[in-house]
Amino acid sequence: MTLETICERLSLKCKCCWENLKREVTGGYAGDLLSDVMANSTAGTIWVTRQVHQNIVAVASLKEHAAIVIVQGATPEKETLDKATKEGIPILVADMAEFEVVGRLYQLLYPAGD
Amino acid sequence: MPDNDNDRYLQGRFEVEGRDFVDAGLVSSRIKKGLKAKGINEDIIRRIAVIAFEAEVNIISYATRGTISYYILPDSIVFEAIDEGQGIEDIDLALQEGYSTADDSIREMGFGAGMGLANIKKSSDIFEITSEIGRGTRVKSTIMLNGK
Repeated sequence: MTLETICERLSLKCKCCWENLKREVTGGYAGDLLSDVMANSTAGTIWVTRQVHQNIVAVASLKEHAAIVIVQGATPEKETLDKATKEGIPILVADMAEFEVVGRLYQLLYPAGD
Repeated sequence: MPDNDNDRYLQGRFEVEGRDFVDAGLVSSRIKKGLKAKGINEDIIRRIAVIAFEAEVNIISYATRGTISYYILPDSIVFEAIDEGQGIEDIDLALQEGYSTADDSIREMGFGAGMGLANIKKSSDIFEITSEIGRGTRVKSTIMLNGK
């Protein structure tokens, strides 16, 4: 499934790197502890987090994530967007809480429910 | 000091400043790009990315400054982080997942969960750490290239 479809279905607002929204998403990961995300997430993942500072871009870039979703309608810092633009990592903002974003994302990515 | 034996295999050496969270990940990213350019196996690069990022964040979080070097040997990749700083009082404790001495400012950013050194150890084939209170810490990780 592409980022574009996910943005549309979950009403996510894209804050940068629109040109990369055709990217395929291979899975999801949720977490606010950067070491946890570093250790356990995989390439092609859409990462859901409440963190907004620029170090999330370093993690997403090193792990080759498809995109970052920031929850609770939080505003990413300017430095975060600048760095994300440079690294080509789309930053998507959801108005929903992390639990709801993850639940709906899971249903989208794994429709059989298994 | 880095192992002199390895110096001819040195691929890169980078300085890291303590408390410089703005640039956190920069050195790891350079090492990752360097290994990619050398055609190193993707799985190995992923492991080294974890090692490099955690070591880099450790220097930024706890040390005054440090040096990160990496080497490509015929049979392995060696990663080394040497810092000047407070050192680690109890290494066994520091290696326990969940143990951290990070202050609130570090934790608020999602660091300091006490997973850094454990992640480095898990991602390494050979993991060595030495530390001296008031002087600094040296972390050396070896990742074997065979079986790729």
